[in-house]
Amino acid sequence: MYIAGEYDIIVIGAGHAGVEAALAAARMGCNTLLSTLSMDNIAMMPCNPSVGGPAKGHLVRELDALGGQMGINADKTCIQFRMLNTGKGPAVHALRAQADKKHYQFSMKETCENTENLDVKQLLIEDVLVENGKVKGVVTEDEETYLCKAVILASGTYLSGRIIIGEKTYDGGPNGQRAAQKLSDSLKKLGVRLMRFKTGTPARVDSRTLDYDKMQIQPGDDEARNFSFMSDIKTREQTPCYLTYTNEETHKIIRDNIHRAPMANGIIKGIGPRYCPSIETKIVRFPDKERHQLFIEPEGLHTNEMYVQGMSTSLPMDVQVAFLHTIPGLENAKVMRAGYAIEYDCLDPMQLKPTLELKAIDGFFSAGQSNGTSGYEEAAAQGIMAGINAACKLQGKEPVILKRSEAYIGVLIDDLVTKGTNEPYRVMTSRAEYRLILRQDNADQRLTPIGRRVGLVSDERWARFTKKKENIDKAIEALKGTILNPNVETLKLLADHDLCEIKTSISLFDLLKRENVDYEKLSTAFELPELNAEEREQVEITSNYEGYIRRQLDQVAHMEKLESKRIPEDIDYMDVPNLRDEAREKLADIRPVSLGQAGRISGVSPADVSVLMVYLEAKKREKEAAE
Amino acid sequence: MQQGELISAIATAPGESGIGIIRISGKGAVDLAKRCFVPFSGKNISEYAPRQAVYGKVTGIDGQLIDEAICIIMPAPHSYTCEDVVEIQSHGGSVALREILELTYKLGARAAERGEFTKRAFLNGRLDLTQAQAVMDVIQAPTKASLKLATGHLSGHFSGKIREMRNDILALIAHLEASIDFPEDDIEDVAISETKAKAAELQGKIQKMLKSAHTGKILREGLKTAIIGKPNAGKSSIMNLLLREQRAIVTDVAGTTRDSIEETVNIGGVPLVLIDTAGIRETDDVVEKIGVERAKEYIDKASLILAVFDSSRRLDHEDEEIAELIRGNQVIALLNKSDLQAETSCDDVNALLASQNASDESIDNNLGISTIQVSAANGEGLEALEKAIQDIAYEGNNQEETADFVNDSRQAELLRQAEEFLQTATDTIESGMSEDFIVIDLRSAWEKLGEITGETVGEDIIDQIFKNFCLGK
Repeated sequence: MYIAGEYDIIVIGAGHAGVEAALAAARMGCNTLLSTLSMDNIAMMPCNPSVGGPAKGHLVRELDALGGQMGINADKTCIQFRMLNTGKGPAVHALRAQADKKHYQFSMKETCENTENLDVKQLLIEDVLVENGKVKGVVTEDEETYLCKAVILASGTYLSGRIIIGEKTYDGGPNGQRAAQKLSDSLKKLGVRLMRFKTGTPARVDSRTLDYDKMQIQPGDDEARNFSFMSDIKTREQTPCYLTYTNEETHKIIRDNIHRAPMANGIIKGIGPRYCPSIETKIVRFPDKERHQLFIEPEGLHTNEMYVQGMSTSLPMDVQVAFLHTIPGLENAKVMRAGYAIEYDCLDPMQLKPTLELKAIDGFFSAGQSNGTSGYEEAAAQGIMAGINAACKLQGKEPVILKRSEAYIGVLIDDLVTKGTNEPYRVMTSRAEYRLILRQDNADQRLTPIGRRVGLVSDERWARFTKKKENIDKAIEALKGTILNPNVETLKLLADHDLCEIKTSISLFDLLKRENVDYEKLSTAFELPELNAEEREQVEITSNYEGYIRRQLDQVAHMEKLESKRIPEDIDYMDVPNLRDEAREKLADIRPVSLGQAGRISGVSPADVSVLMVYLEAKKREKEAAE
Repeated sequence: MQQGELISAIATAPGESGIGIIRISGKGAVDLAKRCFVPFSGKNISEYAPRQAVYGKVTGIDGQLIDEAICIIMPAPHSYTCEDVVEIQSHGGSVALREILELTYKLGARAAERGEFTKRAFLNGRLDLTQAQAVMDVIQAPTKASLKLATGHLSGHFSGKIREMRNDILALIAHLEASIDFPEDDIEDVAISETKAKAAELQGKIQKMLKSAHTGKILREGLKTAIIGKPNAGKSSIMNLLLREQRAIVTDVAGTTRDSIEETVNIGGVPLVLIDTAGIRETDDVVEKIGVERAKEYIDKASLILAVFDSSRRLDHEDEEIAELIRGNQVIALLNKSDLQAETSCDDVNALLASQNASDESIDNNLGISTIQVSAANGEGLEALEKAIQDIAYEGNNQEETADFVNDSRQAELLRQAEEFLQTATDTIESGMSEDFIVIDLRSAWEKLGEITGETVGEDIIDQIFKNFCLGK
């Protein structure tokens, strides 16, 4: 055995999960190896050229607040930003950006290569070494062995990847990459339960062959926006996207060739995501829809490749070309890359602890698409948590498990490990029960202290955060402390500043709730701390939605009681009397960490949770009595 | 010590008994007692020493008397659960006991789960280790039964109605959520006005079901009825007629603090609880001998007044006094002695009652007064009376669908809460709040309805979104 190196942590795969995991582990002081199939494809975006959107944008903000890299990298390399949902309530405002794919990759590669404690190597890992239920190292295809204390699997869609275009299939990863064929077998031998999922991507077409006059231009926001709480970019050149639609002719070609679609001819067996259906699926499932919208999006500033968003397909090439040519603006489009479907192995995430460590193998963590999720943001969010928790484990620190009431990251991971998933999982705002609290604007307030605690938040970020927090607190204090009485003098002051009349005594904090009143306007009439736009937004939301926010905080407080009741890791469910059989089975399988998590398992009733609660209390007293 | 959520339940065994106890435990128990219990001493209940039995009355939110009772406050930790506990002792098996329970729900308590008091007692150290197994038995044992209850107790039609409403709300939620989660997808805008209209429609449906809760309650607990009339109008003969016609005597409860006898008779399928039958037998002239005050007390206690008038005599000031007394109540006027020569007609009585009602506009005229000619002597008019009583009991609810009536105070309370959330949704829409907030209210309404049928929150919303809309890149 050739021992090629020894690390604290080895990360398998350098996609969005892998880079965040490796950066977090290295920044927390662990000697880390980031292995990738290709040095040229670190943080590659094999599908759509965008970052963010509802709930996904929230994840990026949270990742950033913890000290992750995705937000900063996106701010540096994206070429269009839009805030979505601006009319739909503060909690669902969502930032979405168009990326320059290559720029994004190279910038992330540069960061990784220049991070202390982090080695980046091009390796194909084929085997994970486990001894006595504990991770020992990995073996590459060139028979090099790297020893380590923890492994983070971030293999994306590469595990036994298979590409499908029409009747053609071949082994491979996305974008013409190699697949990791043997690693799947190694995992199976270790007793890891695998599932088979599928996803797909549309064709890329040559910008020079498109007629943009036939499409609607979709510009970015005028105002410059940033994902990262650390970015101060105020101006940015915005590259537009374009909107066009399919039509009856497109649909006819697809219908006429539907027997050649891999989903119809039985070649595809994996389960695809419902929110990312191929165009052929859309036409079959919604036959009455007269047209489907397509966004034509640039893949970068230095390429002519345009991404046809909404047109994901695995139909044969002749069909792809034929239907693309029916679309206004794409009549003469030249295809540069074909659309395809990809099938891959992933872990059943119910085998994981909320720390993303496998319950059965000590020191084996997994993050990203290999856990059955989809999306760059979901992957990155798991990546940073796996990195943090692997490092915490080696350093003997308490693991970091974010709660559902604390972060979308918490919702995402809790869903995965408690409920599992039967399709590639995508985060959505509708999955979060406390989304008024989980806003993208307050991600730093929620998570930066946690990032600081584990050592991911730099002094610079921390100083910025504390200053912002102080300013907000001071402003709210001032608003609450200033009480107006409806006397002549005050009424005149209000009228002079175009502020609404008052009839009874009211604090400035409550006055801020009124229509057409904002912090800036109040500042003209009253002595208030000076705030920047971000801080003002925080203060205004705190005031305007006070009632709703309090209602959700009450719900959280109620839930917290069960959430804080930990279940010992060594509990033997066979020993708990009075559990119903179904509940006993599920509990023994999922092994929840808290009574709160236990209650969210399907098949576990409130009475089962009560029984468990009494059992734990009895055990505790027995133990105390013994001591 | 941290106190749990406020819970309440009837702590005594179901069925007839002298005393029934409602136990309330958790954060806010004492406040709840303050809001519904008034000691006869005139002091506030909280001024009494802990664990002192205090005699007083329980009053509803509207200030109306529900029952006389004994109230004991046991502050934490010296109580069964080690939390603040309030116990209210009222009459066992009585309607009042259930009314008090419903009142505690309205005042913020939730229905205690099986074994929940005992569970808290154990967790808070009141019960020792040897009792752990017994506690778990209590919690889990009825689960199988209550599961059956949750499904068996609800008729298919009733739970079908709830599901239908849930589906309607779910469709609204899914549309709003889809527009939030997929802002760039091609889904039609949510028409807020339609959402509002739908919410109002569902609110109407729930209100109708709650009305059936009223019917269900009448069918279960009986309709308290007072027979009022001037001396010799024939009250006791009417009562005897009803008692003779009864098909089943359901209960014969002698109260412990009040000296009254109630008898239940079944009239056309509706149980009438006749108040103070003994009193009527003795005197037959409540107004004259016992006084107007006592008659008034009967009227306050009753949900239905049978006002007896004598057709063989002209209406006089006594009749006017009675008409004045029963103003604003649910009344069936009986023109008795139709077998004798008529001096007074139905129109005369209607006119008398209408004028009394019209004199006070604040009185809801919808209470509707109908006059029926009867003869206690030969039984004439009994059928019409039966019909009138049924109309009141069923209030437009279909008599054939009794199985669908809300007949459980927990169900009724959850329905009421769901309706309230729909109203909040409407308010949210009207105050111009965005989709995000509307969804919060709709979700709450949807969850409340789910609690009735025992359905938990799952992937429903997300499934619905993908079923209804073609989404995704």
